Amino acid sequence: MFSSSRPWPALPAFLLLLVFFLFPVARMLAFSLEGGTLDWYAKALGEGLYLRVMWNTFEIALLVTACCLLLGYPVGFLMATTTPFWATLGFIFVLLPLWTSVLVRTYAWMVLLGRNGVINRTLMESGLTSDPIPMLHNFSGVLIGMVHVLLPYMVLPVYGAVRRVDPSVVAAAAGLGASTGRIFWRVYLPLTLNGIFAGSVLVFVLSLGFFITPALLGGGRVMMIAVLIEQQVREALNWPFAAALSAVLLAATLVVYAVAQRLGGQEARS
Amino acid sequence: MTRSPGRRLLAATVGVIYFFLMLPLLVVFPISLSSAPYLQFPPPGLSWQWYERYLDDPQWIDATWRSITVGCGTAALALLLGVPLAFSLVRGRFRGRALVDRLALAPMIVPTIILSVSVYGIFAKLKLIGTWYGLVLAHTVLALPFVVLVLSAGLRDFDRALEQAAEGLGASRWRTLARVTLPLLRPSLVSAGLLAFISSFDELVVALFLAGTNMTLPKKMFDNILMEIDPTIAAVSVIQILLVSIVLVLIGRFGRGLRDSAR
Amino acid sequence: MERLDAEEGVSDSASSELLIEGVTKRFGEVVALDGVSLKVARGELLTILGPSGSGKTTLLKVVAGFETPDAGSVRAGDSDITALPPARRDIGMVFQNYALFPHLTVHGNVAFPLEMRNVPRAEIERRVAEALATVELDGYGQRLPRQLSGGQQQRVALARAIVFNPRLLLLDEPFGALDRKLRETMQLEVRRLQRKLGLTTIFITHDQEEALVLSDRIAVMNRGTIQQVATTTEIYERPANDFVADFVGESNLFHGSVSAPGEVTVDGGRRIAVPPGTAVGQRVGLLMRPERFASDGANRFAGAVVESVYLGTAFKLRLACDDGMELLVRQPARGPLPVPGARLEVAIDPDAIHVFQ
Repeated sequence: MFSSSRPWPALPAFLLLLVFFLFPVARMLAFSLEGGTLDWYAKALGEGLYLRVMWNTFEIALLVTACCLLLGYPVGFLMATTTPFWATLGFIFVLLPLWTSVLVRTYAWMVLLGRNGVINRTLMESGLTSDPIPMLHNFSGVLIGMVHVLLPYMVLPVYGAVRRVDPSVVAAAAGLGASTGRIFWRVYLPLTLNGIFAGSVLVFVLSLGFFITPALLGGGRVMMIAVLIEQQVREALNWPFAAALSAVLLAATLVVYAVAQRLGGQEARS
Repeated sequence: MTRSPGRRLLAATVGVIYFFLMLPLLVVFPISLSSAPYLQFPPPGLSWQWYERYLDDPQWIDATWRSITVGCGTAALALLLGVPLAFSLVRGRFRGRALVDRLALAPMIVPTIILSVSVYGIFAKLKLIGTWYGLVLAHTVLALPFVVLVLSAGLRDFDRALEQAAEGLGASRWRTLARVTLPLLRPSLVSAGLLAFISSFDELVVALFLAGTNMTLPKKMFDNILMEIDPTIAAVSVIQILLVSIVLVLIGRFGRGLRDSAR
Repeated sequence: MERLDAEEGVSDSASSELLIEGVTKRFGEVVALDGVSLKVARGELLTILGPSGSGKTTLLKVVAGFETPDAGSVRAGDSDITALPPARRDIGMVFQNYALFPHLTVHGNVAFPLEMRNVPRAEIERRVAEALATVELDGYGQRLPRQLSGGQQQRVALARAIVFNPRLLLLDEPFGALDRKLRETMQLEVRRLQRKLGLTTIFITHDQEEALVLSDRIAVMNRGTIQQVATTTEIYERPANDFVADFVGESNLFHGSVSAPGEVTVDGGRRIAVPPGTAVGQRVGLLMRPERFASDGANRFAGAVVESVYLGTAFKLRLACDDGMELLVRQPARGPLPVPGARLEVAIDPDAIHVFQ
């Protein structure tokens, strides 16, 4: 059934993707070549202001990925090596935020991180601090918000990778005298490298294109590429420039994926 | 595993991280029930006022209905197009199959902001801004990869001997599809449909550009947040969290485990 | 369904004879079937026996319609079904993995082929009940396949395959997944059912014991060709070539040439008295079945026991004869088991030896 050489069943979907995906994106990117020159690219990559935005985006993405790795690996590891009950509970704690709207989560962080927000009020009223800590509308707020949204994307691949480690290998290592710490460093870590890799690539690429969280939690002070693109389209109405920025973002995304495929190709598919 | 001190430390650390993950979700609940007229924590008393505000405001209700309509439309269209696509990709042997495979998953790879802006450009020309069916089309593009991934996994695990048996017993190709293949794929279909619905219901970025003045729920929330941190939004957030929980339970019950797709 | 005939033989079933002529099927470089021809009489149970890779499953798929042959034809009764899709061939099939629809009850599974043929509801109920009764699963209608044991599932598969009066029944190694005792029970059940319904049946297996128990005739296949088609007795006692002789049952196989009427000189020098009838000088093969050796006979062999195995009902012994020949001997288990090194004398008469070319 459908194993013939006729691709007809795929046709409707293909047409949709062609008309409402490929064509619009291609058309959009073509705007960046307005006037037949690469001027807009020169502006995007040359002018200090915008270069800083690119660099900013890149930095944040790197930082977010590192934090997600540091926080996400323990979670994935524990979930994969514990009893089914605790594992299910863990899944709830990870999946519920994942599927809750980013907007809801970002709003909640605004409530939590504001000068008069939950965290500051709690800290001041319990006497731990005397002044509110500025966590909103700045870099830290965006960092916290993004890590929160992207953490599950690190946990799930790590979970999968740890699950696939053969328990008899661990038992063998223990039998040969390895301490728990040693077992972790010499057995688990190397064997779950592809899960770490997959999760990191995913988180990094998603961070590059992030919009909602920087827009709301950054308060206009933390500029990432996606926010810039939106501004250029909605406020400045500068389509060619927005197109050039989009092209750069897309190129960066594809490059990261391509490199990841190349490196990850040697390991088993996650 | 033995309760070694290292293990306990791990469990404690992970517990804190779980708390971090759930904190935002937990915080909106008390805020939404606050009796104070503005954002205040801890809330001085309990009241349903923000829920009432939400239910009484025709704009909020309109936006909600819009999101539900668009969500259902997206789920329906994504399944209608994505199921045959998945069949072709898993079982077909035509030239260019690898290319179509890449194309089907491409919307997940391309940053949403780029997609939103691009489609906005086209829709402006086609006068589709502000229409619910225009939004359905755009959201379907985003939902297709989910449908394809879930259905493909289900198809790969499918025992084709069952289809052969059906054919041997006298069933035509279409009857086999209707009486054997699709019923057995139901868990995957349920999961795919629900995922498509949720992805559309929560979606903001595309809606930001395409909804115009006919807002979806996320867009209205976004606008509100930009203007003021109104506790009504907390009430809406709670409703959204509950909705997602229900959907997750439904997937767990009737759908194919999300755990499988995590592999 | 048909009236129940107490006697064997063809009842007034809808069964037809099957004629396979010159069927060839290639998969790239590999020739799976090479000009296979076979005729299955109406109401007969024919077993296709062969090792894996012999082409028997491919032949089954051609008959069922899941593969189209590159050459040759398949006829059922008067109609040429070579190009007909499986759904229209009216053939009942039982697979090794049962292929029961997991989302339907036992009743749903058995009713399926009748629903596909738009049989009226009342008639469906009647025939499903009959079919379930025939396989002794009355009352199991509302169970789901996963609630049944392997043997029960196989019986549901059988019921499903016969409920629509097929003209032919195909079974592809259906008992492979069952344990020994259950397998034997099912073999007898299939036999009984097949006889009662007078269904033309093809049974595929690699298990030669199973073939011997079930069949009217056996077709031995190897490497895409039919090596021999004959009754079970013929196949066992008068195999046509080395392959059949070796594949079916245990054997002592030797080659040599006819040195005189009624005598063959085996490669190695030993002369053996055989039934006359082959021309002198002809190259032949000799088959001596291990259980045909006796204490007395025209051909005597003496030697030392190399290996001995106790089988409960028999002894299986490997004998290294003084003249260099090695024999596999089966004796009823009487007395102590001969130990390796012990001397043994056996003999065999000419009419217990099979000569072939």
